[in-house]
Amino acid sequence: MKPSIKTQGLTESILSFVRPEVFPTPFCPGCGHGVLLGAILRAIADLGWEMDEMLFVSGIGCAAWIPSPHFAADTLHVTHGRAVVFATGAKLFNPALKVVVIGGDGDLASIGGNHLIHAARRNLDLTAICANNRIYGMTGGQVTPTTPPGIRTATTPQGNTEPPFDLCRLVAGAGASYVARYSTYHIRPLIRSLKRALTHEGFAFVEVLSPCPTQYGRRNKLPQPEEMLRLMKEECVNLQRAEGMSKEELEGKTLIGEFVS
Amino acid sequence: MYKMGWTTVESVLKPGRYFLQGNEACAEGAIAAGCNYYGGYPITPSSEIMERICERFAGLGGRCVFKQMEDEIASIASCIGASWAGAKAMTATSGPGLSLMIENIGYAIMTETPVVIVDVQRAGPSTGQATRPAQGDVMQVRWGPHGDHQIIALSPWSVQEMYDQTIRAFNLAERFRVPVFLLGEEAVAHLRENVDVPTETRIYNRLRPQDGEPPFGLAKVPPMPAFGQGHKVLVTGSTHDEWGYRRTSSAQAQEKLVTRLSTKVTDHLDEIIEVEEHFCDGDELDILVVAFGFTARSAWRAVKAVRQEGTRAGLLRLKTIWPFPEEAVRQLTLRSRAVLVPEMNRGQVLREVQRVASQAQGYNKTDGEVIVPEEIRQAVQEARS
Repeated sequence: MKPSIKTQGLTESILSFVRPEVFPTPFCPGCGHGVLLGAILRAIADLGWEMDEMLFVSGIGCAAWIPSPHFAADTLHVTHGRAVVFATGAKLFNPALKVVVIGGDGDLASIGGNHLIHAARRNLDLTAICANNRIYGMTGGQVTPTTPPGIRTATTPQGNTEPPFDLCRLVAGAGASYVARYSTYHIRPLIRSLKRALTHEGFAFVEVLSPCPTQYGRRNKLPQPEEMLRLMKEECVNLQRAEGMSKEELEGKTLIGEFVS
Repeated sequence: MYKMGWTTVESVLKPGRYFLQGNEACAEGAIAAGCNYYGGYPITPSSEIMERICERFAGLGGRCVFKQMEDEIASIASCIGASWAGAKAMTATSGPGLSLMIENIGYAIMTETPVVIVDVQRAGPSTGQATRPAQGDVMQVRWGPHGDHQIIALSPWSVQEMYDQTIRAFNLAERFRVPVFLLGEEAVAHLRENVDVPTETRIYNRLRPQDGEPPFGLAKVPPMPAFGQGHKVLVTGSTHDEWGYRRTSSAQAQEKLVTRLSTKVTDHLDEIIEVEEHFCDGDELDILVVAFGFTARSAWRAVKAVRQEGTRAGLLRLKTIWPFPEEAVRQLTLRSRAVLVPEMNRGQVLREVQRVASQAQGYNKTDGEVIVPEEIRQAVQEARS
């Protein structure tokens, strides 16, 4: 298949993994989710896997639209927050399925938080990818459990007063056997991590920081996607590098890398 | 080798007579129907179903998966996921758990996922009385999920029917790709009676798509693909076209889908609705008692007693509650001077009966005790005077 203008950026090797008729994606300009969409497909292509052996399960929100309907595979687009448990039933009944859950921070960590920690505890062979844009994008930019303190959202006009979850520490504490965090800026280590997560036996969790210029950026004087991307790059500190940094130097930084592997 | 549609199989239990609790009989009925996935969460008075399944699945050959989930939302979700992976899935619960399941039951309706939900009714609302029977969930199973839809609900009156109707619930779920409720009460669930297991069991296995058949359209009840077989199925709870593509702003797609979700059930009432007439012979009845579930046992005894006193009384027992057996009720009430609907709620089935028979009166009880025959006998005499 020849890449059309709509699917530009997807190389020949992964074009057969998508339904070209549904492109372009519905994601806003500057959204990281399209980058993550490509990263997931590249990881699958690098592994030499077939889409026919895969099942993608997603809940409600922008991130849930990464697989549904873009991926040319079995996709189960379910109720808000419940993707992990729908996936659990499918995987338990047919262990041959390679099951991947994709969701946002609101979906997986707020309304679906209980299922997330129980899936980690159960350590069933699932891969969960959390596209964390730290805001409810689809519903108009409300605060989520991962929104940093001080950030203005539709429901925290004076700035968020609650501390956020560190999703990786949460899921690692609950028992997940592979836990990593990257961002849509760190595309090569992200793809490497996704490959490790997909091939890992047990519950694998990859948090992917993904900028949302439309809902998060505009309310916080960051309407330019490239500016959000630059700040995300500066915010992220690799685990190894962080070992040599002082507490003061790490203030406001977000650790990236493999936390459990 | 997968066999689609109706087929006769050897019963899983050795044929013969068993002395079982209602909940145990329900679990055995599920196994007889081919149930091979159960996701559940403990709740009184239904937990014995889960415990029996857990024990029995372990000893069965083939692929049978039991999982205790973290809550009822997860239980029903895992059942729906398993159903799309090809399983015959069931969960059992009671009022508070059912309330938690409602959103995902709506999802099963929208995605046309076969699943059996056993609701062993207890006295509510809220935590209410966990060990006491009630029939207060009749409207919740019908209208719990938002939006227009149809479901099927069956009402067993004996331990034998906890077995038989569980099999029927699976067959109807597979046949019509719709959630089916087995609406029991604590009383029938914890009752112990004989159950006769026949040599063979009639079961229905969902249709699989042939080449080029869409999973959500054309046929009234479309064939259902399973994950992992190369169909690249798109399943979504959003409004979708026949191939599963989201159509969230098409008036036509919404109207077409919502209409079919209802008519695929209402066009097959003859296959779905079962009622039983007792003592309804003769041209005219002084009084017709319309009852369901455990209450119908007392109604049967009461009707028999008043007939001995010279009253021409009859009993219509609703084995199917939803879709409501409107035609059967209409035919019998037309030749009944009075109509009495005893039920362990404030009048949920009564209103349905009144839609076709305005003369109907209720006998309602919500104290967490079953309605005994003498109460119905007295109510019959009062309704006649």
